[in-house]
Amino acid sequence: MACFLAPAAEAIIVTIIKKNEQKKEEAALKNGASASATITSGSGIPWSSKLGWLTRMLWGGVFLLAIEHIWHGEVVPWPPFLTAMNNPADIQPMLMEILTVGGSMVLFVTAVWFVMTLVADRIYKKSSALASAAK
Amino acid sequence: MCLMITLLAAVITTIVWYVNAPENKLKLGTLSLMYWGAALMWTIDGFFCVAEGEPFLDLSVSDALLGLLIVICGLIAWLLILLYSDPKKVFKAFQFKS
Repeated sequence: MACFLAPAAEAIIVTIIKKNEQKKEEAALKNGASASATITSGSGIPWSSKLGWLTRMLWGGVFLLAIEHIWHGEVVPWPPFLTAMNNPADIQPMLMEILTVGGSMVLFVTAVWFVMTLVADRIYKKSSALASAAK
Repeated sequence: MCLMITLLAAVITTIVWYVNAPENKLKLGTLSLMYWGAALMWTIDGFFCVAEGEPFLDLSVSDALLGLLIVICGLIAWLLILLYSDPKKVFKAFQFKS
């Protein structure tokens, strides 16, 4: 019915966090010394980049799921936008779906992203260790 | 079918992104992450369908058409992002020429 609203809420929050992180990193780069540790939290890949992966997954998923909901007639371009809102009996199941299905989507995408960051950090550390060994 | 088509699009775009990496002038990483995000969300939706007694995959023609529409919409969104961000500075060069 409107399960994509939960990932949409997360996407908004993560986008704000990412913007703040980007500002912090730019300020740390200007300060120069000891910046790299703050920016990358010791891993090598900046946090803003990692958060960028999550925002792209979330916004992309939300956009494509919104198209699917329009296809099924669950979302319309006129108020109240969600067809379930027209019938008071449908509001409760819709909210339950946002909580259960949408909440699970949020947890799953975030978990996959978290594993992705761990793997990327490992690969980065391995490649930088190989590069330093070659020198 | 929509999930399968989106997953296939995600896999193909990831391979194309990796072939072109580390150069990322066409923002293919963004396109692949968009498809991966949607595919992961539909996977969860599929599990909830199973829990409600419905099949995990909808193999109807209508759902396959929806999958194609999803792929096209993803490509259009990626194209708009690409033109807006202009990573190859094509529009800037055009501005200087005129």
